[in-house]
Amino acid sequence: MSLMPPNPDLLSVRGLRVDFRSGAGATQAVKGVSFDIQKGETLALVGESGSGKSVTALSILQLLPYPMAHHPAGSIRFRDTELLGAEERTLRQVRGNRIAMIFQEPMTSLNPLHSIERQINETLFLHKRLSAGAARARTLELLRLVGLPDPEKRLTAYPHELSGGQRQRVMIAMALANEPDLLIADEPTTALDVTIQAQILALLKDLQSRFGMALLLITHDLGVVRKMADRVCVMNQGEIVEQAKVDDLFIRPRHAYTKKLLSAEPRGNPLSPPEDAAEVMAADRLKVHFPIKKGLLRRTVGHIKAVDGVDVAVRRGHTVGVVGESGSGKTTLGLALLRLHASEGAIRFDGTDIQGWQPKRLRGLRREMQIVFQDPYGSLSPRLSVGQIIGEGLGIHGIGDAKEREAMVARALEEVGLPPEARNRYPHEFSGGQRQRIAIARALVLKPKFVVLDEPTSALDMSVQAQIVDLLRDIQARHNLAYLFISHDLRVVRALSSHVMVMKDGKVVEQGPTQRIFEEPREEYTRALLAAALNLEAVESPAVRT
Amino acid sequence: MTPLTRRRLANFKANRRGFWSFWIFLVLFTVSLGAEFIANDKPLLIEYENHYYWPVFQTYPETTFGGEFETETDYRDPYVRDLIAAKGWMVWPPIPYSYRTINYNLPVPAPAPPSADNWLGTDDQGRDVVARLIYGFRISVLFGLVLTVFSSVIGVAAGAVQGYFGGLTDLLFQRFIEIWQGLPTLFLLIILASVVTPTFWWLLGLLLLFSWTSLVHVVRAEFLRARNLDYVRAAKALGAGDVTIMVRHVLPNAMVATLTFMPFILNGSITTLTALDFLGFGLPPGSPSLGELLAQGKANLQAPWLGLTAFFVLAIMLSLLIFIGEAVRDAFDPRKTIAQMSTALPGEAAAATAARKEAAE
Repeated sequence: MSLMPPNPDLLSVRGLRVDFRSGAGATQAVKGVSFDIQKGETLALVGESGSGKSVTALSILQLLPYPMAHHPAGSIRFRDTELLGAEERTLRQVRGNRIAMIFQEPMTSLNPLHSIERQINETLFLHKRLSAGAARARTLELLRLVGLPDPEKRLTAYPHELSGGQRQRVMIAMALANEPDLLIADEPTTALDVTIQAQILALLKDLQSRFGMALLLITHDLGVVRKMADRVCVMNQGEIVEQAKVDDLFIRPRHAYTKKLLSAEPRGNPLSPPEDAAEVMAADRLKVHFPIKKGLLRRTVGHIKAVDGVDVAVRRGHTVGVVGESGSGKTTLGLALLRLHASEGAIRFDGTDIQGWQPKRLRGLRREMQIVFQDPYGSLSPRLSVGQIIGEGLGIHGIGDAKEREAMVARALEEVGLPPEARNRYPHEFSGGQRQRIAIARALVLKPKFVVLDEPTSALDMSVQAQIVDLLRDIQARHNLAYLFISHDLRVVRALSSHVMVMKDGKVVEQGPTQRIFEEPREEYTRALLAAALNLEAVESPAVRT
Repeated sequence: MTPLTRRRLANFKANRRGFWSFWIFLVLFTVSLGAEFIANDKPLLIEYENHYYWPVFQTYPETTFGGEFETETDYRDPYVRDLIAAKGWMVWPPIPYSYRTINYNLPVPAPAPPSADNWLGTDDQGRDVVARLIYGFRISVLFGLVLTVFSSVIGVAAGAVQGYFGGLTDLLFQRFIEIWQGLPTLFLLIILASVVTPTFWWLLGLLLLFSWTSLVHVVRAEFLRARNLDYVRAAKALGAGDVTIMVRHVLPNAMVATLTFMPFILNGSITTLTALDFLGFGLPPGSPSLGELLAQGKANLQAPWLGLTAFFVLAIMLSLLIFIGEAVRDAFDPRKTIAQMSTALPGEAAAATAARKEAAE
């Protein structure tokens, strides 16, 4: 170790390669990546899913599933210590002590059986060997530092008692416990709501300047990069294609892939159909209440009001965007409109009240109202071929004979930009974007009048999102469809919706034409949401949760 | 054949032990299905006065061959043999004993040790052990298979209904199964066996009453999970009915668990039958059964060939089934299957794998 020249950088990664052995072959996840991080700086690793950014981050702390994963070449030096292939003892001294890591999913990265105090104390005991009293004091100090409200009360709380944002704060507190020199944040805000995302980013930035630690930020979100990073490495298919200062990158991207990534933001404007088009789907004072039962006799003591008296009307050719944070009742609203969820209040489809119809009677209407789900991996039966998946609805409604159905399936596939031959293949052979196209084709083939789009783009990469938005808009223009577009991503909503509803706690906070809502929001909550989503600004407001 | 099926077959073959066990078992089972042609006290073919006779398929009175009685011919009778040999010939199966043929020509009192005549000796009633083994193996496996198929069908259906509808249906059904499983099966069987004379189908029915619960939990769990998946919801949105959804969308997922369990259920069924036979509450007296052979081995410790034969046949049969079960489990292991698929498919799939990897992290 003493023979090595001193390392001027905090961390330097040179020619790192990661291979995954699987079966007979091997997949190259990372193919020769080099970068440095200086003390106190923020480096962002940007790329789409599968670009190898997370694998790179995990190899720094040697957290990959060895020996399934292995490094054919490369070096990772933290100060003067070589981490690649280092002994477990050396690594343990670095992990959680000099280099800390926070993960994407705060739901699963905290142990559900340990109280908050115990989780944070663990790192303190391990690395600092503090006494119980000192550890408790330090834990409280940390929780205060990360802005967790009522830290004294929260010490004994379990993860499930905290919200997503609070959990991520606890994760950050754990990571900061030993004042690390480098914090690796792997998509720290992806799983969080926009307003919370803004708060967490502000917190990270504040803590970073206070402790002077370096931050390695892994993200797919260019907005986060622009806000947080000093320098950026753009990764694509296991390689860093461009490395630049953040301002340079956004103004003068050099590599073709970077340009593609930058131009991938959903753009374009919603269609402008006639204002007086006929109402396709409407609901008055729609309510979905879940009873809370307590006691020995399971008596109903109250209700969770998932959707609480919402009025909505979607006209032919129009898109109504429903925005709101998780838990605001957006998806439940969509499901209730399609009568996939029990509800109260009038639901009018094409002027007929379908509330209370028996499932048999509804079945005929099903072909006219369709839904596209968020997760293209979960919404396609893995054991049916694409042709069977798309053709299923045709079979159920007895449309055409076998030959005509086949032709309809082929046409639907062409319409969503997939080759007709795709119908003989299985969902797992397609990428996320292609699967979402298949899901759209399944809805389209029945020639519906009304489609609920439940976050159809949120599980997709940025560049694919833009394509799907364009596709949806094309299809809408061609068939004069009515959309209910549910999303938490305001940029996508702006590109597609003519009308926006902002929901919070099951109620509509504000609704109106898209342009009006975006340019002059009336409600405080809408303003906070817009600031957080579009500029990643945390707003101190009673309307916003922590 | 879908790529998934192909991959599974490849995985099954990759488990050499299971693959070979499967073939050995299949050969043994097929051979035992034709037990009448291998071990029988009737000849396969007789030529008598230029006529051909098939005693395995048809019964002929002794008078056909110039004998004196109107009853069925006893081809093992030296007198009849001489009659036929005088005017023709006959072809015997390799083992000229059926499972109930008593060999009266034993040089020693039964049970007789192995000899050129009785390859594995005879049991305490002078019946050939090899013949009884072949018939016993067949009846054990058939019993096991039928019981497995029936209990799987009932178990899958019950589990599917519980998991799919959930709520109160699930709650009541679960409590019922818990109580049902609490019943002391063996005692009930013993009591019932003293009320009715057990036959193959009676026993099957009695065991089925209690064996169907084994798959319910697995299938129920699969259905509970799958009923909230988006593709099930999508099918509902398409207007598909409950039965369609259960059969088309959810059942294929549950089938993996079912098929993985099946060899082990088969094993359990065979063992149960053997145990009942051993205790004397199984198949009717005189039936060829491995359990009865075991009981004889226990009763005649001076004739170790009885116990040893029964032990080895059971041990080998059950081991073969377990090896097959392991191979089936490997074949359906999603981690193995999917990991290999991703290396097999270039391009798009590579991105998907990486995404999955990232998701897993």
